[in-house]
Amino acid sequence: MAHYIGTPTSRVDGFAKVTGAAKYAAEFNVPGLVYGSVVTSTIAKGRIARIDLSAALRVEGVLDVLTHENRPTMADNDQAYKDDVAPAGSPFRPLYDGRIMFSGQPIALVVAQTSEIARFAASLVRVDYETDTHITDVHCQREAAIPLKPPGDPIEAMFTPPKTRGRPEQALAAAAVRHAGEYYVPIEHHNPMELFASTVIYDGDGKLTVYDKTQGVQNVQHYLCRVFGMKPEDVRVMSPFVGGAFGSGLRPQFQVVLAVLAARALRRSVRVVLTRPQMYVLGYRPAMIQLIELGANADGTLDAIMHDAITVTSRYEDFFRQETGWSGLLYKCANAGYKHKLARLDLATPCDMRAPSATTALFALESAMDELAVALNLDPLELRLRCYSERDQHNDLPFSSKALRECYRQGATAFGWDKRNPEARSMRDAGDLVGWGMATGVWEALQMPITVRIALSANGHAEVACATSDIGTGSYTIMAQVAADMLGLPLENISINLGDSSLPQSPVEGGSWIAASVSNGIATTADAIRDELLRLAKQMPGSPLANIASGEVTLADGKLISKGDASRSVSITDAMRHAAVDRIEQEKTYNPSNDVTRAHNTHSAIFAEVKVDEQIGVIRVTRVVSAIAAGRILNTKTASSQILGGVVWGIGMALHEETLIDHKVGRIMNANIAEYHVPVNADIHDIKVIFVDEPDDSNPLGIKGLGEIGIVGVAAAIANAVYHATGKRVRDLPITLDKLRL
Amino acid sequence: MISFRYARANDVADAVRQIAGDPDAKFVAGGTNLIDLMKMDVERPTKVIDITRLPLKQVENTPGGGLRIGALVRNSDLAYHPQVEARYPVLASAIMAGASQQLRNMASTGGDLLQRTRCCYFYDTATPCNKRERGSGCSAIAGQNRMHAILGASDACIATHPSDMCVALALLEAKVHVSSASGDRVIAFAEFHRLPGETPERDTNLDAGEIITAVELPPKGFATNYTYLKIRDRLSYAFALVSVAVGLELDGDTINDCRFALGGVAHKPWRDPRAEAALRGRRANAATFADAADVLLRDAKGYAHNTFKIDLARRCISRALMQAARGTPQSQSSKKIA
Ligand SMILES: Cc1cc2nc3c(=O)[nH]c(=O)nc-3n(C[C@H](O)[C@H](O)[C@H](O)COP(=O)(O)OP(=O)(O)OC[C@H]3O[C@@H](n4cnc5c(N)ncnc54)[C@H](O)[C@@H]3O)c2cc1C
Ligand code: SF4
Repeated sequence: MAHYIGTPTSRVDGFAKVTGAAKYAAEFNVPGLVYGSVVTSTIAKGRIARIDLSAALRVEGVLDVLTHENRPTMADNDQAYKDDVAPAGSPFRPLYDGRIMFSGQPIALVVAQTSEIARFAASLVRVDYETDTHITDVHCQREAAIPLKPPGDPIEAMFTPPKTRGRPEQALAAAAVRHAGEYYVPIEHHNPMELFASTVIYDGDGKLTVYDKTQGVQNVQHYLCRVFGMKPEDVRVMSPFVGGAFGSGLRPQFQVVLAVLAARALRRSVRVVLTRPQMYVLGYRPAMIQLIELGANADGTLDAIMHDAITVTSRYEDFFRQETGWSGLLYKCANAGYKHKLARLDLATPCDMRAPSATTALFALESAMDELAVALNLDPLELRLRCYSERDQHNDLPFSSKALRECYRQGATAFGWDKRNPEARSMRDAGDLVGWGMATGVWEALQMPITVRIALSANGHAEVACATSDIGTGSYTIMAQVAADMLGLPLENISINLGDSSLPQSPVEGGSWIAASVSNGIATTADAIRDELLRLAKQMPGSPLANIASGEVTLADGKLISKGDASRSVSITDAMRHAAVDRIEQEKTYNPSNDVTRAHNTHSAIFAEVKVDEQIGVIRVTRVVSAIAAGRILNTKTASSQILGGVVWGIGMALHEETLIDHKVGRIMNANIAEYHVPVNADIHDIKVIFVDEPDDSNPLGIKGLGEIGIVGVAAAIANAVYHATGKRVRDLPITLDKLRL
Repeated sequence: MISFRYARANDVADAVRQIAGDPDAKFVAGGTNLIDLMKMDVERPTKVIDITRLPLKQVENTPGGGLRIGALVRNSDLAYHPQVEARYPVLASAIMAGASQQLRNMASTGGDLLQRTRCCYFYDTATPCNKRERGSGCSAIAGQNRMHAILGASDACIATHPSDMCVALALLEAKVHVSSASGDRVIAFAEFHRLPGETPERDTNLDAGEIITAVELPPKGFATNYTYLKIRDRLSYAFALVSVAVGLELDGDTINDCRFALGGVAHKPWRDPRAEAALRGRRANAATFADAADVLLRDAKGYAHNTFKIDLARRCISRALMQAARGTPQSQSSKKIA
């Protein structure tokens, strides 16, 4: 039955993308479209005392300038602005009032006939501020950081530290070998290629079609309806293609609010495209200060883990994730304790960014484990194996599957780990110091309720519809593969419709949960199609499937076929023609089983080689092997691209990425992709991705999802390799050459 | 970005006539720096004069045995020019170390000389910057200054000149040919870029109304013992933390002649006659190179984030001199340091 599932099928949307036929939010055109340019605040905290629009309004071609003083009505309560994934607090309301809460905050929208005129006029808006003192440096808020409140509900409990296990303090004090280290990850930004943009088409009757860059069209639709008091049928949000988002598109962003404000104010279609610098206030990976303390027995088993974290949030919302709990999950250890505090800064609220919390936490944990291995005089991989946990100790549950041991084995073999000399600075290649490091990765295997509609026509073509997104990950392709296999049709006969709020319900695309959710959603709906076809087939005179139960047939090669006897079959076309039906449509909701008896996670083992020039300190990451256990792999090509991208990003996190803030002015100073460094081709060498076999029955198709696991642990593996090469332990990222001081 | 008028110049005389007396006009060549700065509202020319049609695209031998490079020769064309590759490989190498292929395909020789600092405050009109707005203050001195100068800075400005190509041109003692409505003149490369002093708004000694027509290379090209070593925060497509261009003439292992220039450390490509003198007549070995580095860096001064550059520069000078002495110049495609 699996004709396409598990194969390296090329992207079904690839042709549309390379030919430009795939349209993004800023590319939908209508006659009379006008353009908005955003004016942003230059101070970090205070209020607007006076805003002078006269020069901007005098520019020919300018239609209007919207500010908090003249904008149309918007909701006046927090609830309206709380989108599906909003954290606790009082969400930011664009152009709502004169308060300034972060530098770069949108304070006006200039609308003009062309984007050039709008941008020029935006530069003429003059603003006087009353300034308050701001704090943007997490190190200055360390003492003032506030502990997280105990969770109020199960959702909050997902993000707050797990309860203490055993007696970590005592166990630590009694441990034969101890390690304590403080680790720091700076603020980092998503930097998707596509600029954030919204094109709002204003229909004569006041209805809006909103083309938005988002990871959740229905989230944006619900939000706009609440903020603007509109009816769901009057707002349709579309996002057929997204040029990367990585979490930055989970929440509705301010450009969509501004575009809708302008469309409603002017009763016209409006486009707002942000500039690259303006995107640096859309959310970021929160900086994180972490203290990790490990206590081990002489035999290399863990007896105590303590993980204290301080993460950054804004003044108006408390964003945090499960930053500390990963430590108590990954390794077997009877005693574990956690603390998590928030440092409130005068910055925009952080948001999810690829494997939020695990990426930062595992940098610290896996660096600390490496340091512990050194203290124990034990091979770092051997230490992980001695601490291997067969159970989720937070809840004392087995895993639905956990092939991490196999990741270690296959990864180590492919890398040649057994040839590692344990001594730091012991391996060389001509003038370079060579270092080998490894780390473990862990992420969640989540599923969400989702609804899928399939319409099958008698000629054997099927349309699959769901309001989910494809943010570049390959959802179109895996959905087509799954539908083709479940319906027994060729891939070319499947068309996928997504990124449209009017389609059946989908959660936002995040948490690596879409592959599992939507695939099983397709399977569920395909079963309903099959049942309907069987009902029709049975009506045929002398039907070969007359007495067969629905579970006994399968769809393959355009036919309904008896599982027990392949000679008994009816073609889709015959069944439908006979019944004079040319279209079968089914819409079903997949509700993942709420399996609380087992833990659901993906895992990885990463092995990295660095070569460091001893005199200058330049680091090259010459090899990475990433072995992944993530259940069933739907498409080995797109899946391995996901992991490759994660590894590349991990290299960036280890060596390059850092958002630089001038704390005096409270502004991000490298808000562009020339100055905010991500790896370039020259930084990337050999990367090998291995998927280990991991059968899992958490859902009918055995899918776990792998959008995020690829980045987790990579930075630690590289930092550990740098230590092995140089003998220098760098605990604050990125590892720039000045930190090596060789 | 402001609205501006666009005009095209037909020849050099037309170009200088169009710019004469209009302080708000700017030439545009490749546009890779000017247009970016206009979008950020840093440069606000009311008139942009397109000089890309001017006949300044030749690379020619000079009667004196040197090479004359038209101001509109693209970075890529120059780097791959057979004469440059053969006779001035340090220039080819420095160009290839800069920017990206796409930018090098656009960037012109004249524009490269006049590219402005990458100091992040210079680019952000929300912050004070003496170079952008005289007298407003220097945000970098007490702000983000990892990329900034360790030599020749002033209390008014600690920016660096970002060009790679110019470091090699300083080494080669190029001459800059310029024209204006009042005639032609030649500026020695060492005199072309300025130190910030009290007037950081002026990067160069080019006067208003002047156009660069050519850059002339003297015959001496150091084609045997040379290198361009550029150290940056990622392996490509980043500005130099420190770069070093070297040209040596050796007699056995004795240094007959020597020049070296640093990029990423000052408001202009940095050469120091005393440091070069410290090498002449001495043996090409690590101790000699370390001495020369010490001389060049004797007055180096760091700020909060860039003090590491002093030690880095010392190491880079030693390494680059060693590369040149051994005849193993730094490759710009293999990122392993030679
Ligand atoms: C992302 C990025 C990365 C970069 N990285 C590097 C790097 O690593 N190393 C490096 O060296 N450079 C780098 N550059 C800079 C690049 O080399 C310069 O932008 C380029 O050399 C400028 O040349 P241009 O012809 O495009 O100049 P333009 O932008 O056209 O002009 C620049 C200035 O020169 C003036 N001008 C141009 N020609 C003349 C002339 N003939 N006479 C008088 N005035 C003239 C213009 O009026 C303008 O003021 C980078 C640039 C970018 C955008
Ligand atoms: S270093 Fe120079 S360019 Fe930078 S802020 Fe100071 S004055 Fe401006």
